[in-house]
Amino acid sequence: MRIQLKIWRQETATHKGGFVTHVLDDVSREMSFLEMLDYLNTTLIERGEEPVVFEHDCREGICGCCSLYINGRPHGPGKETTTCELRMTKFADGDTIVIEPWRSKAFPVIRDLMVDRTALDQILQAGGFISANTGAAPEANSIPISKERSDEAFDAAVCIGCGSCTAACPNGSVMLFVAAKVSQLALLPQGQPEAKRRAWAMMAKADELGFGACSNTAACEAECPKGIDIGHIARLNRELFRGGFGSLATAAS
Amino acid sequence: MTILDSKIPAGPLADKWANHKNTVGLVNPANRAKLDIILVGTGLAGAAAASTLGELGYNVKAFCFQDTPRRAHSVAAQGGINAAKNYKNDGDSIYRLFHDVIKGGDYRAREANVYRAAEVSNHTIDQLVAAGVPFAREYSGYLDNRSFGGVQVSRTFYARGQTGQQCLLGAYSGLIRQVAKGKVTMYPRRDMLEVVVVDGEARGIITRNLVTGEIERHSGHAVILATGGYGTIYYLSTLAVGSNATAAWAAHRKGALFANPSFVQIHPTSLPQLNDYQAKLTLMSESLRNDGRIWVPKEAGDKRHPNSIPEDERDYYLERRYPAFGNLVPRDVASRAAKERCDAGYGVGDTGLSVYLDFSGAIEKQGKKAIEAKYGNLFEMYNKLTDIDPYEDPMRIYPAGHYTMGGLWVDYNLMTTVPGLFSIGESNFSDHGANRLGAGSLMQCAGEGYFITPVAIGDYLSERIKTPRMPVDGPEFDAAERDARDRLDRLMAVNGKQTVTAFHKRLGRIMWDDCGMVRNEAGLEQALSSITELKEEFWSDVKVPGRQDRVNQELEKAVRVADFLELGQLMSRDALARKESCGAHFREESQTPEGEAQRIDSEYSYVAAWEYQGEGGEHVLHKEPLKFENVEIKERSYK
Ligand SMILES: Cc1cc2nc3c(=O)[nH]c(=O)nc-3n(C[C@H](O)[C@H](O)[C@H](O)COP(=O)(O)OP(=O)(O)OC[C@H]3O[C@@H](n4cnc5c(N)ncnc54)[C@H](O)[C@@H]3O)c2cc1C
Ligand code: FES
Repeated sequence: MRIQLKIWRQETATHKGGFVTHVLDDVSREMSFLEMLDYLNTTLIERGEEPVVFEHDCREGICGCCSLYINGRPHGPGKETTTCELRMTKFADGDTIVIEPWRSKAFPVIRDLMVDRTALDQILQAGGFISANTGAAPEANSIPISKERSDEAFDAAVCIGCGSCTAACPNGSVMLFVAAKVSQLALLPQGQPEAKRRAWAMMAKADELGFGACSNTAACEAECPKGIDIGHIARLNRELFRGGFGSLATAAS
Repeated sequence: MTILDSKIPAGPLADKWANHKNTVGLVNPANRAKLDIILVGTGLAGAAAASTLGELGYNVKAFCFQDTPRRAHSVAAQGGINAAKNYKNDGDSIYRLFHDVIKGGDYRAREANVYRAAEVSNHTIDQLVAAGVPFAREYSGYLDNRSFGGVQVSRTFYARGQTGQQCLLGAYSGLIRQVAKGKVTMYPRRDMLEVVVVDGEARGIITRNLVTGEIERHSGHAVILATGGYGTIYYLSTLAVGSNATAAWAAHRKGALFANPSFVQIHPTSLPQLNDYQAKLTLMSESLRNDGRIWVPKEAGDKRHPNSIPEDERDYYLERRYPAFGNLVPRDVASRAAKERCDAGYGVGDTGLSVYLDFSGAIEKQGKKAIEAKYGNLFEMYNKLTDIDPYEDPMRIYPAGHYTMGGLWVDYNLMTTVPGLFSIGESNFSDHGANRLGAGSLMQCAGEGYFITPVAIGDYLSERIKTPRMPVDGPEFDAAERDARDRLDRLMAVNGKQTVTAFHKRLGRIMWDDCGMVRNEAGLEQALSSITELKEEFWSDVKVPGRQDRVNQELEKAVRVADFLELGQLMSRDALARKESCGAHFREESQTPEGEAQRIDSEYSYVAAWEYQGEGGEHVLHKEPLKFENVEIKERSYK
């Protein structure tokens, strides 16, 4: 297949970036999308040019390294698919593919298609954990958890932290990411004691880091490669509400 | 000459760890804040260690090459994590878990370490559950277990097909909590290039900042490596593509012995290589073998569609050769059997390098729904990657490099032969002997990180509470930084014609052919000379474009491949020196009349630990004899 690529190239965070066009004449339909980029890079290196920087590691949809805005969609076409799982069978001979980095104020470009997503770590640092010191844990089966509840927590826990929810959101909101963690931990008895504080602390951090507000466009859910349900945002809001009451009550007493 | 002292505590096996903990040195809480610990690698082992050491009050400086610890390769583990809880009341116990790991490792692991790993496994599950890991549960609300890879009890805890992800995220959450408290400082996007040894003790590291290219110096009172395995030496493997041996090799160059480097597990159920562009092989979980049946056509070169090959023209070769365990034989046995069939011309697919894993029988018996409930996400993944629907057609699978049992030699305290330099998780050699059982690595990584490292570090540092912080401007730091810079400069300066990846692929091919599933003397000699030539060619014709002070992924790869070339030589040498077969190490010269691995205990019941002798020098072999006082050594039979 002949594929024309329009790729965002930017040497460093402070350099000005722009689209550069590369043409590949013999892309095989058997390639994965990233193998196609590997192939482009080989060609570029052999021609004495610098390869395109993009992130990847597991190449099986679980580590969250890969990102990329492909033809205007995070992780490209295909439902519940990460960029590394995307295959060239989704494209046709003669196609032009536009590849950009995540576009979000909170994720500055480092180089080419690589962005800085440490803001996601910072949000989790604010409260995305259960304060269980090593050694203090009770026997694992001492607290039964219904299968339904545990499965629901799991559905939230599958987040790979790729940031596509924020990248997809017209407001650059990080609600789905926060909601997935808050929901997972709030559903588990182990996470209950800190549930209120967690929700507030994570949201406050997200605001501080410049993520936008949620206006329920549901673009995050549509583009989440792990299919995380927007219903978790409702739970987050409930936790925030309870947390708000809780903190007011504490302040009054 | 280094003398290997494994420091195994005296006393009965079951009491060693408890006695040891009762007698080791401790550091009081006030003093911990004065002690800095460098921790390289924040996968499951590293993240568990970082959180625990931070909780104890040490200052931890933690490093990883990804942008965040949550992306470490541990995230990809699928099948499960073992523990001896005996929740199924099926006769499991710490002793049985220990026994299975020793036997599975074909009697080439140290009893005391393995027993301890089994002992702490139960606490690991408690800890992970407390951290919010949503392990699978039964309708009763209690934790579920399944049986996994070559054992007869159900002791594997699992979280759908994403156990590694959930365990890592659990450990990572503990780590970030300590980051928030200021006890752990995270240095992501760093490659560790050198260990700094001062007065015979590990006191620092040199890193390259992968964003700015800056070469940085960091000091501490001890250094822990938790940098994972090196299966990526085969180029195509089931590992995340960034996995590497660079940190371990840097330690090795500074005097840390490398143990059993050639012990590599080849996993039987990976997707086969489909084309030349392929950058990695995706693992299909071993749990599939619980219901899938493996077969090839009885007639070599039979090109019919698998569903048109009648039952009596199929060779279910594992069931035929191993009636007792059938499709559930351990990984090394299943891998070699697949290779044997394909080499004999019975393989399927365009390349002839794959075998069928068939669920039609299981679907017929249990219904599609039941199979979907068990393996839905794996079937979906297979379908995504191959466009084949495994509910309709059998999967095609082939073995792939998966796990390195070899690694840095460590004593009972997980310390390498360099004082103050520790190695935990897959980066060390400690628990799995010549072959690892399924769900054993997460168990080892988490157990070492949460429970063993803190004890070992406390003991070591208890004698160093008065040691002041180390400034980073001493001559040892100067020299280490110079070495790192020299290597990078040299790589950039070659300015040849071939890409780094081209060399990596060729090295991978050599290793796969001659130091993979099956080895023999001629092949290994050949590998040694081929790698020597390839290394020369690499250093005269590799092309690393760009600049050092920018993100430069080709330079990162070049550093790794340069180290792989040296490690490849050592692996071949190790495989050559061990003239027996054991576990995953199969020497053709040493097999039973039925073609099974033949151990030679009288000569090879030892850990091979290799000492570096400078660039181009011949490694020196040290042997740590293995004593088995608590298990009866048997021929490993799965018939
Ligand atoms: C596909 C797959 C499935 C698996 N499934 C299972 C399973 O079901 N059960 C099981 O028990 N085991 C399984 N394993 C094995 C298991 O996942 C690994 O052995 C284990 O996760 C290794 O963990 P670790 O903490 O030692 O290292 P890793 O998780 O590999 O982490 C390595 C860390 O070191 C850092 N690092 C590496 N090199 C450098 C460097 N030079 N400089 C700086 N930092 C560096 C990385 O950034 C990372 O943080 C599986 C393995 C694979 C490949
Ligand atoms: S590379 Fe890991 S999710 Fe895509």
